[in-house]
Amino acid sequence: MTATETLEAPATVEIEHPHHRKLVIMAWSGDLDKIWPTFILGTTGAAMGMDTTIFFTFWGLFPLVRNDVHITGENWMQKMMSMMNRGGTDHLGLSKMNFAGMGPAMMKKLAEEHQVASPCELLEVARDLGVHLVPCQMTMDLLGLTKDDLIDGLEDPAGATTALLQAQDAVTLFI
Amino acid sequence: MSTTIVKTLDLKGLSCPMPIAKTAQASRALAAGDLIAVYATDPGSVPDFAAWCETTGNELVEQTEDGGTYRFVIRKR
Repeated sequence: MTATETLEAPATVEIEHPHHRKLVIMAWSGDLDKIWPTFILGTTGAAMGMDTTIFFTFWGLFPLVRNDVHITGENWMQKMMSMMNRGGTDHLGLSKMNFAGMGPAMMKKLAEEHQVASPCELLEVARDLGVHLVPCQMTMDLLGLTKDDLIDGLEDPAGATTALLQAQDAVTLFI
Repeated sequence: MSTTIVKTLDLKGLSCPMPIAKTAQASRALAAGDLIAVYATDPGSVPDFAAWCETTGNELVEQTEDGGTYRFVIRKR
């Protein structure tokens, strides 16, 4: 480099919106205290204009089971599993201090007092704001869950590839 | 630019994320440039509305507080 050579400043790139415009949440847990923030974040992402997808896998699929469905599954193992771990947003346990259902009851009472929207309400808002709710096909097969067992307004079941494709240019959370 | 508030939302008492979520839902029916007034009591809504406006491009025109009630006036982008 000679002394006369001037260094040109790199061209500035105009970034109109520096924020991530996509949010992907891998909902793995079916615990009330984990699916609740999942729905809070998903709803908020959509409210912020982010293209939001929640991919429900393993235990995370149980909150999508209809509240009026008691037993799911085709064979005795799947049925027994659903009896021990009933699905639906009204029947979820806490990851800590569950106390055979007393913990969730207290948590719901507190939420009501503080006007914290329930997972059920949040799901409704999430659907209204266009959050893509994608059940994992493999988990549905594994647990013997059918589309009829699950709530309305879900996208077609998909696999890990779909989830990771969505996640490529997104803020991704695993809850 | 219009200075008339075309929509008022009373979201007092609601906790996160409902003030933002309900504002987002209501703002869909508004035209660009319309003003919306939101009343909330959640103290977290103060940083949240600022963040929401920053990411969505809506403009936080006015923010006041009176006895624990916050009033946000937002211009839709």
